Amino acid sequence: MRVNNLHVFLNFEIFILLTAVAAPFIFSFSPYFQGLLIFVMIWIVMGTSWNLLAGYTGLVSFGHAAYFGIGAYAAALPYFHWGISPWWGLLTGGVSALILGYLLGKIVFRLRGPYFALGTLALAEILRIVFGEEIWLTNGHSGILYMTTWVSKYPYYFVALSLAIGAIVSVKYVMRTKAGFFFLSIREDEVAAEALGINTRKYKNIATAISSFWAGMAGAFYMIYMGFIDPEVVFALHNISIITILVGILGGVGTIWGPAVGAVIMVLVQEVFRSSIFGLAPQWVAKFHALVFGLLVIFVILFMAGGVVGDWNLVTAKFRRTKHAEKS
Amino acid sequence: MSMLKIENLTKVFGGLIAVNNISIDVKEGEIFGLIGPNGSGKTTIFNLISKIHPITSGKIIFNDHDITNKKTYEIARLGIGRTFQVVKPLKRLSVEENIIAAAFSRESSFNGAKNVAREILEFCALSDYGNMLAGGLPIAGRKRLEIAKALATRPKLLLLDETAAGLNPKELDLAIEIIKKIRKERGITIVIVEHIMKVIMNISDRIHAIAHGSTITEGTPAEVAENPQVIEAYLGKDFSLGEI
Repeated sequence: MRVNNLHVFLNFEIFILLTAVAAPFIFSFSPYFQGLLIFVMIWIVMGTSWNLLAGYTGLVSFGHAAYFGIGAYAAALPYFHWGISPWWGLLTGGVSALILGYLLGKIVFRLRGPYFALGTLALAEILRIVFGEEIWLTNGHSGILYMTTWVSKYPYYFVALSLAIGAIVSVKYVMRTKAGFFFLSIREDEVAAEALGINTRKYKNIATAISSFWAGMAGAFYMIYMGFIDPEVVFALHNISIITILVGILGGVGTIWGPAVGAVIMVLVQEVFRSSIFGLAPQWVAKFHALVFGLLVIFVILFMAGGVVGDWNLVTAKFRRTKHAEKS
Repeated sequence: MSMLKIENLTKVFGGLIAVNNISIDVKEGEIFGLIGPNGSGKTTIFNLISKIHPITSGKIIFNDHDITNKKTYEIARLGIGRTFQVVKPLKRLSVEENIIAAAFSRESSFNGAKNVAREILEFCALSDYGNMLAGGLPIAGRKRLEIAKALATRPKLLLLDETAAGLNPKELDLAIEIIKKIRKERGITIVIVEHIMKVIMNISDRIHAIAHGSTITEGTPAEVAENPQVIEAYLGKDFSLGEI
């Protein structure tokens, strides 16, 4: 029985992987759709990163844009000042974000619950303003421009896919180890965790390190792929920090595949509305994409708090019931 | 040999002296009872030992280590396990995962932790609940889970805070049996806070009685039970033999 289950599970993961590899070829007719796939991957990395911290360790960050932004600037700044290729950002982006995570942790780990969330939000906003004002360093709001390496989307897609796989695999792995169990203990009850001999500060730092690393990598990749960043884009409260949270909640907080599912739904909803249902509907529909996404999140929180993945049994139960009703 | 030595421990919350100059000496291998009426400072003493609250003044020595200035997790790692009066299960984990998480404080591999967990599940009569979410356990199970989590950290000294409160007579007997087994089979020294006299008189070697944060007396269960001040503290002056 157990062996069978494992078998099914492995098959499921291989199926997902093959689909992900095949996806850009299926959409080979349209670089536009391939671009959307790349954004799905970026959001998978961001959602998975946030989920490790918020979903598994109970540290709800409202400032994930800080790591995303610092990763993007780690790729962009050496190029801007010395002409060093932004591709090095795939090394430096994650590490810079990791260091930032440690430093910010020194400040925000003094806070608990909602105050922690507000603290992370405030720090990300501070970074956004500082990067906008310190023109000598960052070129301010004019941003940093870079001629992207390839026109084709394929190579970018596979880099993004590797990052997404890396993020998911690392979280999946760590949640099976001692550190993973300690994260869960901290989420459930910090005092109880301490009484079990868990150095909660140390393990919060470890969770933050892994989380901020992947968010930084996503940011660095964003710079490489888009070829342009400015502080308002990469440190954005709404477009980065909040969307990251929504991806996590929609898909399922504290589940491995939740953020991936959330990322797919998020990009789909956003694009369907942003393009006015692919140009079929009148222009004003485009203005509703944020609204619809908000309603979707409210629906999820009210009726399936575990997200699409966390409450998957609820979803299937609904279907089964309707099928049953049709038969009888 | 002295295992836990508390010297002149004092804790002040604002203007309230919760623990007043208390000294306790727990010997290795004994079951040491701590009694006193509601609000007399028993749980506070536990919280001071495990450093949930900082100490106002005094000294705590465990196995010749001065642990007065150690942190909560360091104290647990040195070998003092504890349960909480208001139980703290890791609610959204299964009962087994709760114990695995606790066992990881000594084990590094998942299989090692799982083996410890399985053995302790059995020891605490929780095997039937292994896959249940800890948040869904009835109170008796939660109390035993508190003990199980503490045991999984492989303590040398165990602080039990009212692990028998709120249990029915049958569950109570099971709890007493488990506590006795902890010392007998595992050789763990126990300090126990308890309101139920059946439990504390039955299992303690020595008892320390406190009221309003100060020591009243210390001695064998029989001695403490006959002490007029203890009776007064619990039942009021009319019942104290000394007065009549």
